[in-house]
Amino acid sequence: MHELPVTESILKIVLQHAPADSVSKIVRIFLEVGELSDLEDEWIQHYFDYLSKGTRAEKAELVIQRIPITFQCDACANTFEIKREALQDLQCPECGSTECKLVSGKGYYIKNMEVV
Amino acid sequence: MEEIRLIEVKEEIQADNKAKAEALRDRLTANKTFLLNLMSSPGAGKTTLILRTIEALRNDLRIGVIEADIDSMVDAEKIAKTGIAAVQLRTGGFCHLDASMVERGLEGLDLASLDLVIIENVGNLVCPAEFDTGAIKNAMILSVPEGDDKPLKYPLMFTVCDVLLINKTDYLGLSDFDVAALRERVNKLNHRIAIFEVSAKTGQGIAEWTQWLKKEVDVFRCR
Repeated sequence: MHELPVTESILKIVLQHAPADSVSKIVRIFLEVGELSDLEDEWIQHYFDYLSKGTRAEKAELVIQRIPITFQCDACANTFEIKREALQDLQCPECGSTECKLVSGKGYYIKNMEVV
Repeated sequence: MEEIRLIEVKEEIQADNKAKAEALRDRLTANKTFLLNLMSSPGAGKTTLILRTIEALRNDLRIGVIEADIDSMVDAEKIAKTGIAAVQLRTGGFCHLDASMVERGLEGLDLASLDLVIIENVGNLVCPAEFDTGAIKNAMILSVPEGDDKPLKYPLMFTVCDVLLINKTDYLGLSDFDVAALRERVNKLNHRIAIFEVSAKTGQGIAEWTQWLKKEVDVFRCR
């Protein structure tokens, strides 16, 4: 359900980066979303279509790339990727420690966008 | 045909909220007011736990409460009956609180006269985990009837919290909830998290939890 505020922010940011005097239309927006962040791709696009009506971003396609979950081991400092489904078996592949902390895999980023 | 160009954006979508949350934390730190963000599913016992916490700590700490609810005043009225300063934030359909909503809530409280403000976030294990409220510590409640598999379904929530309260332990004998299995699942996601087993109904475990909270507030206020 937090798709709406996230989508509002996306629209605000892309419009800031697309000055009206040099950009007539935003065609495609490339997003990165952490694997741990629950976000429905389809809903983000629906909300975006609705919110962007009448702006330079109207009808822009959102392309969402998932960012893998990464943990760092407290014991040996090794950084490793882990699938969401494997979190229950989380342990450092180097030293076997289970004392690890999340370093990436949450949040939302706008990478770049295609404009005309 | 116009040529398609690529524009680099490289912006964090929640950068605005993060900046607001940091500014709020700075203000709270300067003011020595500890802000606790309490999250859980609907019905896990947030309001009852807050009432118990007030009961245990009201002689030691000056407490305020921000109640977030999609569209009702029920919880704030319960808190107001204790004589504790409480504000109700209607989120108008929003499923979580962000830093600017918390700012608005704090406007309704006299911060200078409070040591501890507890936010009762919207009942939901997904969205509140994504938004920094500006709180000093994040707490969550998982109640026994919800089941011990929740860390598998909502891992993000368990990674962002500093403390977990396993509530409704009075139901333990009636269910197949496995406390040891839950602790192991939670510790794999977040081994720094403090875990307390409580029953807000019977009062069991409340002393340990409130001692922990009191100590956190004291340490924060002495920084």
